[in-house]
Amino acid sequence: MVKMKQQNKQVHHPLDDLIRTDRIPHIWCPGCGIGIAFSSALLAMKSSGIDLQKTVMVSGIGCSGRGAGYVNLDSYHTTHGRAIPFATGLKLANPKLNVVVFSGDGDLFAIGGNHFIHAARRNVDITVICVNNFNYGMTGGQVAATTPAKAKTTTTPMGNPEAPFNLPLLAYASGASFVARWTVLHTRDLIDCISEALTKKGFSFIEVLGPCPTNYGRRNKENSFDTMKLYQDHTIIKNGAYPSELDIDFHKTVILGKFLDIERETCIESYDKTCRPMELVEE
Amino acid sequence: MRTAVNTGEHFMTGDVACAEGALAAGCRFFGAYPITPATEIAEHMSARLPEVGGTFIQMEDEIAAMASIIGASCAGAKSMTSTSGPGFSLMMENIGLAIITETPCVIVNVQRAGPSTGLPTQGAQGDMMQAKWGSHGHYEIIALAPSSPQDIFYQTIMAFNLSEKYRVPVIIMTDEMIGHLSERVIIPDANEIKTVTRTLPKGRKDRFKPFEPGPDGIAPMAIAGEGYNIHVTGLTHDEKGYPDMTVEAQAGMMERLVGKIRKNRDDIIKTEGYRLEDAEIVIVSYGVSSRTGLAAVDEAREKGKKVGLLRLITVWPFPEEQIRTLAAKVKGFITVEINLGQIHHEVERCAGGKAECMLVGHPGGTIIPPERVIETLEQHF
Repeated sequence: MVKMKQQNKQVHHPLDDLIRTDRIPHIWCPGCGIGIAFSSALLAMKSSGIDLQKTVMVSGIGCSGRGAGYVNLDSYHTTHGRAIPFATGLKLANPKLNVVVFSGDGDLFAIGGNHFIHAARRNVDITVICVNNFNYGMTGGQVAATTPAKAKTTTTPMGNPEAPFNLPLLAYASGASFVARWTVLHTRDLIDCISEALTKKGFSFIEVLGPCPTNYGRRNKENSFDTMKLYQDHTIIKNGAYPSELDIDFHKTVILGKFLDIERETCIESYDKTCRPMELVEE
Repeated sequence: MRTAVNTGEHFMTGDVACAEGALAAGCRFFGAYPITPATEIAEHMSARLPEVGGTFIQMEDEIAAMASIIGASCAGAKSMTSTSGPGFSLMMENIGLAIITETPCVIVNVQRAGPSTGLPTQGAQGDMMQAKWGSHGHYEIIALAPSSPQDIFYQTIMAFNLSEKYRVPVIIMTDEMIGHLSERVIIPDANEIKTVTRTLPKGRKDRFKPFEPGPDGIAPMAIAGEGYNIHVTGLTHDEKGYPDMTVEAQAGMMERLVGKIRKNRDDIIKTEGYRLEDAEIVIVSYGVSSRTGLAAVDEAREKGKKVGLLRLITVWPFPEEQIRTLAAKVKGFITVEINLGQIHHEVERCAGGKAECMLVGHPGGTIIPPERVIETLEQHF
């Protein structure tokens, strides 16, 4: 018995050092995709080789917004929709920080949509990871700016009359330097992609599709396995695909991959060059 | 390259003096959105900050401006934003975030007449209660009210010092008249300016609790990227910064947040008296209206009336004790403010029926002439 106990003690998760284990269990439901997106982000942080002491996670409000609360790094859980402008302040005040925004679709693209487009336009050197679960999970499953047309939510009981955003197209049009989309089924690609985005200079955006079985799935007759099956059967990888092709309709085929990876002067580089006296610009 | 402290004798507007005060106080990040009559603060900061190693950014709206200065402060920069009524309304949610996360920052509201778009180019003092109660939930706030460009220079430094000392957002409630008024401003040598910077943590990083108060009741503040691995949340939290959804945690946190200001009232509250010694009637005023009050005192004294002025430098927390003490010995108070009764109600509350309380107010758009104060004085006292 004693021996077994000792053995049990040695069992630890490979990400324990990056997780606030004293805050576990987390709030995410069984079958939720956020945990996979979250651990992929942490694995990517490790594999990218970035200085973790200088790495900060910022979240807004919602299920994905709880990410900042579980990561064992400097982490800021801000107000609804405002993770990006908060992160902009952090990054501009200390350009040595690696700033990662981890939040959901409702937070980043409805209430926070204006901040997203402006941060992309400025090319603020941050990495934005958006878990898109097609609805507002935290508040019980209301329609979002990403909910597919005709899908049922608590505020679209007859089906969604509106069309959703194409997030990579929005990021592309707004001026992002790096744009990609993966699902929580494609974890290896996702981890590699986040890792690349973390070391990429400029505004990086990764959309991660993930199931919400409790709210979105339940009302649209889709359990987590069904959703994962859709991710397997109804997706294709097409790196460099033109962003206007990237509408999400699982009745057809959803395109995944890295769509954009360009070099563009960042907000800070341009500010230093344009506004700052030469002698004050650090090499 | 120019220095942060623009030592010398200048002729400048209140808005520019405010920006210079911020630079002298050590402000190195400024995020704002243009709005009359506060725009000149942003314009001046946009030119001055990059030359002193700071960063200016014009954000997409006031919500973002407020969020950006909280983020910048968490990264270690002294930060500020400026706005007017409509933008001030948009900042309210994140002012609450600064309060609950105990993030130092300074917000300048150059007030104009409202509600809504109101009189965008004409001043008022109608946001005084919004400064106190505008964000949701219960909290205490520090708000200052400068009465001249020289005064706003010093009050901006004072705002940063209070903000860093107590880890709170501090609001400068100025007005269009002071913002656009040009007067002489003397900026002293840098070594004559006292600045305060937040206490940083010491000791073992892994045992650090970001919201555990030090001996002075204020928790040392860890800066992002220093290895403390802090968690900061807008949720009710414990000393570790971890969310705690219990009534007990809420009570403990609130007691500390509110207590930081209530227990330090004597250190925070500043007022200025003029001919108060033998005064039977006290004019209570702040900002541009205190200049009306000042003129009215002299005019009334010439007519043989014993009138004095109590100018509020700190409007919030309200100098309750001072009003109570005065109420016991004077006949009455006249509050002069460019609104239809905000601080007047505070004076009335603290006077507690012991002295008559009159309001000389105005719906906004112009300063109040001293004659209106004299009129009230003659009619009622």
